[in-house]
Amino acid sequence: MTGTRPNTTLPAYHAAVWDEPVVMEMGHPGRRGLVFPQAEPGVAADVRALIPAGAARAEAPALPEMSEPEVLRHYLHLSQMTLGMMGVSLFGTCTMKYNAPVSEQVAMRPQVAETHPYQPEETLQGTLELVHGFDTILRELSGMDQFVFQAGGGADAAFTNMCVMRGYWAAKGELGRRNEIVTTIQSHPCNPATAAAAGFKVVTLMVEENGYPSIEALKAALSDRTAALVLNNPDDMGIYNPEIKEWVRLAKAAGALCFYDHANFNGVMGKIRARDLGFDACMFMLHKTFGAPKGGGGPAVGAYGCTAELAPFMPGPIVAKEGDRYTLKDGAQTVGKVREFWGNVPQVLKAYAWARAMGADGIREASDISVLANNYMDKRLSEIRGLAKSNPANAMWRMEMTRWGLGPLKEETGVGTLHVQNRMTDFGIDAYWLSHEPWVVPEPFTPEAGEMYGKEDIDLWVDVLAHVCAEAYSDPEIVKTAPHNQAIRQLDGSGLDDPARWATTWRAYRRKHAKAPAKAAE
Amino acid sequence: MRENEASAHPWMANSVADLKRRMLEAVGASSIEELFHQIPEDHRFRGELRLPPSLRSEPELKRHLVRTLSKNATCEETLSFLGAGVWQHHVPAICDTVYGRTEWLTSVFGGPSSDHGRNQAWFEFGAQLGELVDMEFVGLPVYSWGCAIGHAIRMAARMTGRRKVVLAGAMDPERLSVVRTYCEPRETATHIAIVHVPHDPRTGLVDMAALKAAVGTDVAAVYFETPGYNGMIEPRAAEIAALARAAGAETIAGCDPIALGVLAPPGSFGADIAVGPTQPLGVHMNCGGGVGGYIASRDEERYAREYPTLNVSIAPTADGKHGFGLSLFHQSSYGMREEGKDWTGNSVYMWAVANAVYMSLLGPQGFREVGGLILQRAHYAAGRLAAVRCVRVPHTTGFFKEFLVDFAGTGRTVAEINRALRDHGIFGGKDVSAEGFGPMALYCVTEIHTKDDIDRLAAALEEICR
Repeated sequence: MTGTRPNTTLPAYHAAVWDEPVVMEMGHPGRRGLVFPQAEPGVAADVRALIPAGAARAEAPALPEMSEPEVLRHYLHLSQMTLGMMGVSLFGTCTMKYNAPVSEQVAMRPQVAETHPYQPEETLQGTLELVHGFDTILRELSGMDQFVFQAGGGADAAFTNMCVMRGYWAAKGELGRRNEIVTTIQSHPCNPATAAAAGFKVVTLMVEENGYPSIEALKAALSDRTAALVLNNPDDMGIYNPEIKEWVRLAKAAGALCFYDHANFNGVMGKIRARDLGFDACMFMLHKTFGAPKGGGGPAVGAYGCTAELAPFMPGPIVAKEGDRYTLKDGAQTVGKVREFWGNVPQVLKAYAWARAMGADGIREASDISVLANNYMDKRLSEIRGLAKSNPANAMWRMEMTRWGLGPLKEETGVGTLHVQNRMTDFGIDAYWLSHEPWVVPEPFTPEAGEMYGKEDIDLWVDVLAHVCAEAYSDPEIVKTAPHNQAIRQLDGSGLDDPARWATTWRAYRRKHAKAPAKAAE
Repeated sequence: MRENEASAHPWMANSVADLKRRMLEAVGASSIEELFHQIPEDHRFRGELRLPPSLRSEPELKRHLVRTLSKNATCEETLSFLGAGVWQHHVPAICDTVYGRTEWLTSVFGGPSSDHGRNQAWFEFGAQLGELVDMEFVGLPVYSWGCAIGHAIRMAARMTGRRKVVLAGAMDPERLSVVRTYCEPRETATHIAIVHVPHDPRTGLVDMAALKAAVGTDVAAVYFETPGYNGMIEPRAAEIAALARAAGAETIAGCDPIALGVLAPPGSFGADIAVGPTQPLGVHMNCGGGVGGYIASRDEERYAREYPTLNVSIAPTADGKHGFGLSLFHQSSYGMREEGKDWTGNSVYMWAVANAVYMSLLGPQGFREVGGLILQRAHYAAGRLAAVRCVRVPHTTGFFKEFLVDFAGTGRTVAEINRALRDHGIFGGKDVSAEGFGPMALYCVTEIHTKDDIDRLAAALEEICR
């Protein structure tokens, strides 16, 4: 039926089900989770007298009152109802990596956790040395001249790029005219979004049959109004645009700058370098490619690198080496800050640790394995009924991920990608990535194997998908009503955009859904 | 190549030659190199990657990291009075325990059912913060307080159609620099003009007369902080909000949440949007990497439909239990690219979990205690320093955890004073001499500073200023 022979036995998985109340429903009046010391004699004073008239809080906040063990157990229960990477997560575009505990351990040491960015530089030489060390590693991998780690995520690095480039054009007196960013529909939404937030107009090129826009479309879009060309490559289909050097040449001929979003770096590490292809700037996501944990969405780091020509405009400070001492510096024409201080320092240290643990050979090998594993997965996926590969006209091996679609499955069974995504979690497979908007491929999903998971894990992932697709043909309801083995049943999201029903706080929930009790204890 | 480098890498299960061979056979390729044929040869980097030697052995890696970091001094072993945007508060042990749980630390995005626990923890961040700030709508946190101000101003500009913001009172140059970035330079068509009405140096508070003069019907928002950058609690917050409202402008208030067990919350004095730092709620300073920023408002469509953030809402499951999903996702940059509200992406969401733990651990009594203790210790410190010869404390009352200390009378620069304090094992307050305050330092005193700590600082300054 599925056309593929299972390589593994599917696990009889079931998530922990704690039926855990919302914390606001927990506790008992008078309970305490943490007590603070008493102010010493001589320090103790009437607190009310220390607050200016009218500035004191009138009513205590309606927070839960819990003992310390209750709090711990509550959040442990919640953590157990989070699948994360405990199963197999091949979440494409985000490059699931091993987050080594040794890095976590080191980052928790007081030499990192209990340091303040305004400490004298001589008391932070260790941190500065590692940050600078990582800067030089990224320079080698990209060919750029300088990196900065201030941006709090990939989108923030995309914003950093827009700020640097608008600063560059403003300094040349051309920002009024050069106010367009040219990008493609395959770029991550953060690229056009941050361009608009930085005050640019966005020109978006659509893709052609082969998976990327045509040179003619690019030529038509470029002009003396183009501030920058912004691209990611390979794209989320797993297609590498072979004309990228020509694109950069044409953009430069139009006077524009070129930015490389290296979100999909995992398949090309050590294989290409942004600078060699002509780009002026690029970014890497340390919480993806470089092994810092994702934390469900940060703390993250978007590492932004550029040429010496753009470096003076970078947000500061950057770490410089002077003799055998490390120091913080601002660029001569810095555009100001995108975020306070120097960035998520612990995550930079974890990325440094990852790069050192891998070494040059390990980094190249990780790319090799990622691309090999993806093509192995493609081979197996192509044998499953109901699936369609993106850009079928492009017969080449894909890079580190491939966009697939469940269009045929949906047409034949009514089971779509959201259903399959839910059902796969019943087997301990974390919900896969679909696709950014707009959906170019119907009912999309985007697996990315990466270098961490073994062949057995990849086989299990494919076997579960094959099993679920077979179910779609034999028993579509079981898929449509999934999940069945998860912490909770399927969510009814119909009220999420309804002002009468959405509730991002407990007090809004109580007001809109009057039945809800104030607290379990009351 | 050393022997251990020829073996499989401990973090890559498929780095065994046999597995590579089997996968190659399955795909029908003769070599891994063949799989890269999409990349034209003249794009390829064929040189040697000049990276430092690999440390694939964990003992070697750990030794290297620990040894390098041992060159740092910490605020644990050095008595520190640094604040100004990132502050040394007590981080309860269970914040770290919960933060470090591998299940959610490694999670990416997941689904409403499979990452249910983390989504609930995120909701509990908003639910509890909503109580602290006295507001009904809370987004997931953004990168920092400065970024939260930037987004809030842009929200107000979209809501009012006006392109001018008034910043009232003392402003941290670090945050101000971020706000300027968000308000765009003059050359862009969507530039938001910033008018800064400085504080009144006599009181340290917002200069109301100057503010009145600055707020007209072309102003999208008035932003002020309480406590302010200089630590001062703004007693006329309601008056400022009323003034903004009369001009049709939004009131954006910046509030440190750790103060809100004792200080009036922004919802109570008429703020429309509240922003502030999240680091005080159970996150280590992390050399400034611990920062995060919250955005909250009334739960009205007018506001909700301008949020750029991811917003976690409670929603029922098929069997009538609590589930959690993303509300208003379509208006984000994920949903609408350049037509979306600013942009969003990875932020500091794992710290939102630590924040949730912190708030549930403290509860109403804990927040009252910690706020009260900070007030007492900071005021004791201000009093002790004011008594040091040649040292002046311009405002000995009316602040929360930070206050200015004036060293003009010592005949030395703040840099010199701070260098001398280092010899006493003390990090003095942030040098703000270059920020228009005169030769002053901004001292931060929190619940972690004991009377002995403060007496030690006073004694050191007495010796230095002798």
